[in-house]
Amino acid sequence: MIVWLRSGLAVTATCVLTSCTGWQSSFNAQAAQSAEIKRLLVIFLAVATVVWITVMLVLLFGLIRRKAIREQPLDLHEAFERRAGSVILIAGTATTITVLALSVVSYGAQRTVFANDPSAVTVKVTGHQWWWEVQYQADSPHLSFTTANEIRVPVGQPVTIELESADVIHSFWVPSLTGKMDLVTGQQNTVQFTAKNPGVYRGQCAEFCGIQHAHMAFTVTALPPDDYRRWRDHQNQGAPAPSDPLSIRGEQLFRGRGCGLCHTIRGTLAGGQLGPDLTHLASRETIAAGTLPRNTSNLAAWIADPQHIKPGNLMPKMSLRSDELIAIVHYLEQLQ
Amino acid sequence: MKQTIVRDVRELPTYGFGSQTGPWWGAMAFIALEGMGFAVAIAAYLYLYALNPKWPLNSPPPDLWPGTLATAVYLFSVIPNLMTDRWAHKLDLRGTRIGLVIMSLIGLILLVIRGFEFAHLNTRWDLDAYGSIVWFVLALHTTHLATDVGDTLVLTVLMFTRHATPRRFSDVTDNVFYWNFVVIAWLPLYVLLNWVPRL
Amino acid sequence: MSDLAPDAAGDLRDNGLEQSELAAILQRMWRTPSGWLGALTSVDHKVIGKRYILTALAFLILGGLLAVLMRLQLAGAERRLLSPDLYNQVFTMHGSTMMFLFAVPVMEAFAVYFVPLMVGTRNIAFPRLNAFSYWIFLFGGCFLWIAFLFNVGPDVGWFAYVPLSSLQYNPTKRADVWAQMITFTEIAALAVAVEIVVTVFKQRAVGMTLDRIPVFVWAMLVTSFLVLFAMPSIMVASTSLILDRLVNTHFYDTASGGNVLLWQHLFWFFGHPEVYIIFIPGAGMVSMIIATFARRPVVGYTIIILSLIATGFLSFGLWVHHMFVTGLPQLGASMFTASSMLIAVPSGLQIFCWLATLWDGRPVYRTPLLFVLGFFVIFVVGGLSGVMVASVPIDMQVHDTYFVVAHFHYVLIGGAVFPLVGVVYYWFPKITGRMLSERLGRWNFWLAFIGFNVAFFPMHILGLMGMPRRVYTYTAEMGWDHLNYLSSAGAAVFASSFVLLIANVMFSLRRGEPAGDNPWGASTLEWATSSPPPPYNFSRIPVVTHRDPLWADGGNLPVVAGLSVERREVLLSSIADAEPHTREASPEPSIWPLLTAIATTIFFIGSIFTPWAAVWGTPPIAIALIGWFWPTGSKEDEE
Repeated sequence: MIVWLRSGLAVTATCVLTSCTGWQSSFNAQAAQSAEIKRLLVIFLAVATVVWITVMLVLLFGLIRRKAIREQPLDLHEAFERRAGSVILIAGTATTITVLALSVVSYGAQRTVFANDPSAVTVKVTGHQWWWEVQYQADSPHLSFTTANEIRVPVGQPVTIELESADVIHSFWVPSLTGKMDLVTGQQNTVQFTAKNPGVYRGQCAEFCGIQHAHMAFTVTALPPDDYRRWRDHQNQGAPAPSDPLSIRGEQLFRGRGCGLCHTIRGTLAGGQLGPDLTHLASRETIAAGTLPRNTSNLAAWIADPQHIKPGNLMPKMSLRSDELIAIVHYLEQLQ
Repeated sequence: MKQTIVRDVRELPTYGFGSQTGPWWGAMAFIALEGMGFAVAIAAYLYLYALNPKWPLNSPPPDLWPGTLATAVYLFSVIPNLMTDRWAHKLDLRGTRIGLVIMSLIGLILLVIRGFEFAHLNTRWDLDAYGSIVWFVLALHTTHLATDVGDTLVLTVLMFTRHATPRRFSDVTDNVFYWNFVVIAWLPLYVLLNWVPRL
Repeated sequence: MSDLAPDAAGDLRDNGLEQSELAAILQRMWRTPSGWLGALTSVDHKVIGKRYILTALAFLILGGLLAVLMRLQLAGAERRLLSPDLYNQVFTMHGSTMMFLFAVPVMEAFAVYFVPLMVGTRNIAFPRLNAFSYWIFLFGGCFLWIAFLFNVGPDVGWFAYVPLSSLQYNPTKRADVWAQMITFTEIAALAVAVEIVVTVFKQRAVGMTLDRIPVFVWAMLVTSFLVLFAMPSIMVASTSLILDRLVNTHFYDTASGGNVLLWQHLFWFFGHPEVYIIFIPGAGMVSMIIATFARRPVVGYTIIILSLIATGFLSFGLWVHHMFVTGLPQLGASMFTASSMLIAVPSGLQIFCWLATLWDGRPVYRTPLLFVLGFFVIFVVGGLSGVMVASVPIDMQVHDTYFVVAHFHYVLIGGAVFPLVGVVYYWFPKITGRMLSERLGRWNFWLAFIGFNVAFFPMHILGLMGMPRRVYTYTAEMGWDHLNYLSSAGAAVFASSFVLLIANVMFSLRRGEPAGDNPWGASTLEWATSSPPPPYNFSRIPVVTHRDPLWADGGNLPVVAGLSVERREVLLSSIADAEPHTREASPEPSIWPLLTAIATTIFFIGSIFTPWAAVWGTPPIAIALIGWFWPTGSKEDEE
């Protein structure tokens, strides 16, 4: 019994503590917005805890206190009934004031979270079943580019995410940075955040969107502004041309086997819009919308049989021979 | 448990009219929920209307004459309806029979006009959201109209049989009351379907 | 000796009859005929109520088994017990079964059985509609589950958002099955709501003025109004979804002027009152059990009634809090924060009244009270997490995460299921004539209480740690496995408490201690008749002079005489003062409700396959309805 209790407490304590450092945790607030929400959470949790404990104590005391014997259920004391009525109404008034105060505090935080500061970076995110299309917006079209599933932003500057959906409703949620906002078919929503510290923050789709909703994650990496600019300029360029024979073969197979019908690699003839842009695939940390770390064996396993890893997703199983697979994977890994 | 008789209700009647009967309250409850259904449908219409700058989306507004003709007949029907109510309250069998036959005929005429209303909506349910919501609203009212006409026909037949008992007269007054609801529900729908697209 | 008193019309009455002779006559007149035909034609609210309760509890078990499957799948990272497609069907079926086939029907079922008894009448209003309601509920539930067993179970979540549930993204019949199940269950619920409103308004015992109506009956009256005004919204929603899918309408098609959020508004305008439709009866049950086991009337009756009514009204003003992250204007959203927080006030007032009652009373710790105490601990947590999610910024973090899953299970299981199990222990003696085992009851309670909290409390933390809802798995690196494992272990314990409840029921049906009329010494009218009650409920309609009639009048029940002994009669009284004014005939057993339900079922199921079902499906329903209402020439219809 004691062992159970102690291990239960240990587990809970660990989890509560790791939630403060977890990369997809509301308590690991790394932006102005999420920090504001965390402050609000702490206030509300504190009030809730106090109220719950108070009610439980009143209940407990009410049950165990010594009471006068009542002969008949209807032998009531007018004095008690009246006093109880007053106490109840006072408690009701206190409840009303408390919830109104909490509403006001909430409104304050709401204003901060929804404040629309002029943003340094605007990224349009379009939700697809089950991946994220990421388009960096710029004033001049040749400075905007498309990537997928991984977003990088400069630290300390407001970033606006414009949210649209290509199919069903999704939800863009990166708890370390800010609250979620849905990608609603037929309209554009926006969410804004200002990252405070460099780091990698994980997000996940938070609106049930079909069979692989569970595997629709993304990351937002906050970089020092110079690093961010370097990254952006590099992403803006097309794919490097393949130089070694295996990559050249891989690029031919990529086109020949039809991968280009769904995927775009800028700077080549592959221009498909149905799947993620792969121009700089090898600069990403994960594949399949955060499902697997990007390394050679995962990439090969994914391309060989996407349905095994993410059953029901829209990438068909391509029947590739192993030498073809090796060439394609090798080519893709050159796309830094 | 020991019982002590303290009241005697043997002199109470076995039927009544209006709020003295269970079925009247049942009809009220149905009117509440069906009225809410109309309100929700109207709200959905207005929501789509507010969201779309151009309304109707791809169709001309409905032709006015069928809906307006129907409205006139609905409003006129209140007169024989109320007369039927009076006759039924007085347990006047002949008057009630006449009233019910008239109301049945009016109902059937309105169903025919309703056919023209659908035909002159000038849109299809599958054309766009405007077409969908106008067909939906009109169809919703049509189900009420049709069931009330069915109800009235059955009551009419009953009044010509041996089942024309006092309780049946009470049923007739409930039917009258429900018809008023069908008419009243129609009026805002008439405005919604025929005049909002012309705004 | 029999001294039947004829009235002016020569109809025989019960004045002057001895109790036992009167009982024998009423028994013959009111009983449901035996055999299967009797079972299919019964219009006795107790027969139908019992069926309704058992069927709803069967759906609870089925929904619970689905939950066990979900917890097994989620107990560890990347488990492959359920494929993603099966998991998505399972969680959709779990939510839909619990909300539409268990939670609302079971509350209505207890009302169907007990409201007529508590107001002192012989049968519920519109007894045939009551029978129809049960059949429609049963057929709708079977329809959903048979579809599931044929792999056509819905997989779009219990709220079936478009466009995911539109034909484009859900090309099989799955979403249609869900939408039509809604139609079945809503019609069943609406029918019962109408009956309860009319029963409580017009069939109350003589002298049962508004302020003498039992709290549970008030709760069911408020609930019934909520049903009447909330359910039409989801009927419009589900019907329009079927139309979009079947005949190509464009309500939710953004390319053709439709709107995706329209669905959410229509759904949640119903969906929020829905949870109060589930909670308010629970609150009524709590008031009732506390009064009985604190051995005194509940403190603040008027405050409680007004709170129930206020909760009902307010519940219609909260729905947008389910849409806080859909991109709605912030000013509008803020209003819903205020209303969502304010609804805590009437609930809080009821809690304070209950605390005062327990403070002053001398509690008798039998199983029903234990479950009510469990309700306090659990529901208050749920209410407080509700205040948290009412805040838009907090909701932006916890919406669609396990935090919300924790919140609603705390309020629904705490606020409705715990009182419900308490009420099962409370009213089982009245329904069956036997007591449930107290010893098993205690085990039941502790397993439920501990199991529930171990299962659901960690979910608050998981949600804050980033775990979204409706995911069939998660990766090991997220660090969610320990808490998920703990939660699944708790779920197993919680599930075992229901096994114990079933065992207790089965055992006690045969071997339970005989209960007698009023084993708990309670105060309301259902305890004034035998356990189980005779088909006619009361041999004479009671007269009440007090809110707690059985505490006020000791062993002596004042009654009225003068009702017919030749036909089924109920006494109608005025709404406010309960002055009797009419002796209304009450229907005999009839096959027409069943036939109408069958015709309606064919219509509904047909119409998800072809719109022509609306054409050929209508005549059978019309014929059945005409058969239903056509007078039979019996005494009932003669006047």
